[in-house]
Amino acid sequence: MLLSRYQLVRRSSASRRVAILAPITALLVTIVLNFVLYIAMGKAPAAVFYAMLVEPVVSWSSFSEVLLKMTPLLLIAQGLAIGFRANVINIGAEGQFILGAIFAASIPVWVPQATGGWIWPAMLLLGGIGGALWAVVPAFWRVRLNASEILVTLMMSLIATQLLAYLLVGPWKDPMGFNFPQSVMFQLDATLPLIIPGTRVNVALILALVWTLGCWVYMQRSFQGYKLIVGGLAPHATAYAGFSEGRAVWISLLIGGFAAGLAGAAEVAGPIGQLQRSVASGYGYSAIIVAYLGGLNPIGILFSSLLIAILYIGGDNAMVSTELPIAAVRVFQGSLLVCYLAAITLVRYRIVRVVTTEARA
Amino acid sequence: MNAITFVLAGMLAAATPFLLAALGELIAERAGVLNLGIEGMMAVGAVIAFLTVHQFGTHSLGFLLAGLAGAALSLVFAWLSISLRANQVAAGLAIGILGQGLSALFGKNYESKTVSGLPKLSVPGLGELPVVGGLFTQDFVVWIALLATFAIWAALRFSKMGLVIRAVGENPAAARSLGYPVIAIRYGAVLFGGLMAGFAGAYASTVYTPLWADGMIAGRGWIALALVVFATWMTGRVFFGAVLFGAVSLAQLAAQAGGVNLNSQLLACLPYLVTIAVLGIISSNRRLLKVNGVASLGKTYIP
Repeated sequence: MLLSRYQLVRRSSASRRVAILAPITALLVTIVLNFVLYIAMGKAPAAVFYAMLVEPVVSWSSFSEVLLKMTPLLLIAQGLAIGFRANVINIGAEGQFILGAIFAASIPVWVPQATGGWIWPAMLLLGGIGGALWAVVPAFWRVRLNASEILVTLMMSLIATQLLAYLLVGPWKDPMGFNFPQSVMFQLDATLPLIIPGTRVNVALILALVWTLGCWVYMQRSFQGYKLIVGGLAPHATAYAGFSEGRAVWISLLIGGFAAGLAGAAEVAGPIGQLQRSVASGYGYSAIIVAYLGGLNPIGILFSSLLIAILYIGGDNAMVSTELPIAAVRVFQGSLLVCYLAAITLVRYRIVRVVTTEARA
Repeated sequence: MNAITFVLAGMLAAATPFLLAALGELIAERAGVLNLGIEGMMAVGAVIAFLTVHQFGTHSLGFLLAGLAGAALSLVFAWLSISLRANQVAAGLAIGILGQGLSALFGKNYESKTVSGLPKLSVPGLGELPVVGGLFTQDFVVWIALLATFAIWAALRFSKMGLVIRAVGENPAAARSLGYPVIAIRYGAVLFGGLMAGFAGAYASTVYTPLWADGMIAGRGWIALALVVFATWMTGRVFFGAVLFGAVSLAQLAAQAGGVNLNSQLLACLPYLVTIAVLGIISSNRRLLKVNGVASLGKTYIP
């Protein structure tokens, strides 16, 4: 009897053509799947499509909002990708982001009358330090106690959310804020300078782009970056070569934590202008998607952060114009990563139809 | 009611979401598959069960559909990570985020709505005892979860199926050369994990706290994952770990009942802090993990 089945056969080298086609195909499939869902929810697909995927990029004012959203995603995802390539899975960027926001807010909360051009740079630096400090726990736990950084980083995020809630209902609550859980509004010098007149885009975008360039140089051109990548691919081989796994864990988590903390600082000192609960809006989790979607490559992440930022702004638009629930954006992001992971299988494997005669013992 | 009576009466119910999810994950991990999507599968199970019970008032139907929803989501995970050989970590995270998104989407119009829970069944005689009586007065699902724990313990230890699952997790290539269908067994183990996560979510949203709130799973899926590590992949220890976390998560209510005034955010953090602490203690015993660990856990199997 003739049997025919499909089998994955490893390519001798990864296909560059498929590597570029895979994310595009994944995006198209995701759009189709999600629009089937929107139709099932009784939404007009054309209106959703326009609001979600076209409107964010056709007017300058909404595209500037896309750039604003892209900034934290780009900062965080570049940091996470370094860890992911070294096989250090930091999924706690959300917590590191929150700590960055808290650390940065400490200046305007404690010295609200301070003035001077040093304030916002100091806030960004403090934010980065706060995020890195929050990553010290999972790094120590992994290196010294052998504990999974996946679980510890996530637990640290859940704790950070509670810490933020505590500060906002307790010691840092604005006494003049009508009992809302939020801090005082930051003074002007504690907010980031805007770079494009008429928009909310601030210096953090420049930092994110410089950071991207830095990550590209670090990962593609430096010896230490090379060691991290090889260590992620073949831990035993690198251990023989004298590269320390512990060092890779520390570097990955501290860089990832610093970048996420910096993004958190830029968020409170940028578009928000005060510490409030909505600071923790899931950028840390979306950045995981951004990192994978960009193929863990600094240039790829530039594109994937732009795409996810468009979806964020588009989701807001669709909520206003078609009453699409905002949770639909999370579904879109999640299903996009699912489709992408399915599609990139074809970068490493070919599908071959095998016809065999039945041969069973 | 004093704090001890209170914790004794409530800890098994509080433990049940942890226990069900961790038992499912235990089977998946024993077969060599690390499923990080548990939190999302629980969230989907929770919303499906809540909507069903809200609509029809039938808990059994709610649990059934929740289990199927969890299994359906785990099928996508299995397809990605087993058939398409995607990285298990990335696939699990993707499914987890998707599940949490779907949960928020489906539950959107039900925020703060409630359903009725389940009646408690008492063990005759034991249920009337002072102090410990509450321990023997539990709802139907708790009793089933206890039975399931015992059944899984026995199956892993004594049955041929349990032996095959362990063999597949330990050395898939060897299991395959003995003629066992590694792919099919891993699919089965992952689907079982998804089913149990769905049940766990259903219990959380329709029995333990029969009220819908987005994000109600609140990290319990992740704690279930940690529990499997704490338990060093042993069923009995999964049970004790789940009960410990049940008791810890009652601390907030117990403190109020006992008149102790502690910061509520700190109390909410308690399960997470305990997780980090225990994870450090257990994992630092490398020998223990090596002896009991699953050799192929997290590694993609290529036939």
